[in-house]
Amino acid sequence: MSSVADVMPMKNQAVLKRQRFFRTKIIPWLFVLPVLLINLIVIIGPTISAIYYSFTNWTGMGKATSVGLANYIHIFHDQDYGMAFKNNLIWLLFFLTIPIILGLIVANVLAPVKKGGMFFRAAFFIPYILPSVVTASIWRNLMSPTLGLGAQLAKIGISGLDIAFLGNTKTSLLSVAFVDFWHWWGFLMVLFLTSMQSVPPELFDAARIDGANRWQEFIHVTIPGIRPTLIFMLLMTGIWSFLAFDYSWVLTQGGPAGSSNLLSIIVFKDGLMKFQAGYASAVGISMTFFAAIIIMVFVILRRKGWEI
Amino acid sequence: MRQHRIRESRSINLTPNYIILFIVLIFAGGPLLILCFNALKNSADFGRNPLGFPSTLNWSNFSDAWVKGNFSVTLPNTLILVTGTVVGTMILSSMAAYSIAKLKLPGSDALTMYFLVVSSLPLQLFLVPLFYLWRKLGLVNNLFGLIIIYTATGCAFAIFLLRSYMVQIPSDFEDAARVDGANEWQAFTKVVIPLSWPAFLTTGLVTGLNVWNEFMLATVFLTQPKLYTVVTSYYNFSTAYGRNWGLTSAAAVMMVIPILVLFLLLQRQFISGLTQGGLKG
Repeated sequence: MSSVADVMPMKNQAVLKRQRFFRTKIIPWLFVLPVLLINLIVIIGPTISAIYYSFTNWTGMGKATSVGLANYIHIFHDQDYGMAFKNNLIWLLFFLTIPIILGLIVANVLAPVKKGGMFFRAAFFIPYILPSVVTASIWRNLMSPTLGLGAQLAKIGISGLDIAFLGNTKTSLLSVAFVDFWHWWGFLMVLFLTSMQSVPPELFDAARIDGANRWQEFIHVTIPGIRPTLIFMLLMTGIWSFLAFDYSWVLTQGGPAGSSNLLSIIVFKDGLMKFQAGYASAVGISMTFFAAIIIMVFVILRRKGWEI
Repeated sequence: MRQHRIRESRSINLTPNYIILFIVLIFAGGPLLILCFNALKNSADFGRNPLGFPSTLNWSNFSDAWVKGNFSVTLPNTLILVTGTVVGTMILSSMAAYSIAKLKLPGSDALTMYFLVVSSLPLQLFLVPLFYLWRKLGLVNNLFGLIIIYTATGCAFAIFLLRSYMVQIPSDFEDAARVDGANEWQAFTKVVIPLSWPAFLTTGLVTGLNVWNEFMLATVFLTQPKLYTVVTSYYNFSTAYGRNWGLTSAAAVMMVIPILVLFLLLQRQFISGLTQGGLKG
């Protein structure tokens, strides 16, 4: 800018100042404006109205009348909500353990493999890129009590697994979680693998010289080495567990008898099918609240000096 | 040091690793293999042999699935959504990324924070009011209406990815263009965009894949069969023809093949894009 001013000394100082302001303050915001606008319309506006509607008996059409905290109070008496909340907690525990453990084990096994390493990485990642409806349909067939894996095992004498996994109130939730897990773990594995490959090899050499076996190496070198990724994925798993929707909806629609119902399905059914948009908004806000609690626990632990 | 390490790693016996990897491969790849087998079976074949290799190759499943699954309608719908969203997201987020990375946008920290928060808001939080707003605006059952939603929800991730690439481009290039009299828009379109194409490729692949696979929004916002996407139509199709596994499997294979081919061709871009984007969800 100053060079331009030198070339044109006659130019009025005030005009230059205005041009400079335009160039450094206004133009950058003009570039951001379209994204901000579309964000406001699609996300921020509806989010604010969701907060408003959560205090009303809005059906989705016509006028909304304020009902104060009634929707939030109803949450505590709604048996569907209680069941779905419990299911979300089971979902959370499942995803904090099983996929993380398998991801860690396979990444650790795959890390030293040079020959075919890329092949295995790609093969394990493929389920992650499939549409959820396809994954669901594959496993609906495999879990069929008459033609699925269990039925085949029964034929060769291993009985007990030829049950309707998705149609039984005892097994439906874990079966749905299992299908989501099949689709999801490979993604975690690749994240862990990438993170493991950036651990300095000298650390492994040192551990080996000290006589560490593979298990000790894994616990004392690998895990500390990938800790930031691991902690971050635990945090994200915590947040996502309260938002899970696709697999439960596609496989069981929350059934049978609400046994695989999740909070997001309540929002979906009440808000868009049962004309209880006010209550659905309150449930949606409660889901956001749980995700926020997980973030807060994380931040507090970090403040307290936990190195996470 | 390096040679030492190579000798060390050679001394590790990797056989147990391969055994574990092959077992996991059966778990990850087996169901896909069975899907491909099933796509070629007729109904009678299933009763005898629901999991194994087909006894006769029933290629007609594919043409049947194409017709009954209404792919000639749903595929163009999906392609419009994918193209529209990718183009929209690329344009809007690259402008924002350019501003944050290159123009010293005042308040860019606050803006980055804003996008982080917005991108972690659950869809279910604003889905219901958004639906009724869209209905009022006549954007329900409208492909363009859904493109706007996809673009808005996908932009945050695209901005992060493009920004982190653009900051690495030396400013000398645009400065040279500016000295030659280019304005900011020209510096952006003529210099920075051509230099950022690898980031555009990655971002575009991830955005496109997300739209191709997206289920919930497409279910809510496109309720007329003539507007179904490949995924929502498959959902209805697989419910209606639930007993005819050959047909549903063939339809599934047709949906998966384009993704799989792209993935195998551009594996590195896909994985790096998705693992960075996955941090968003």
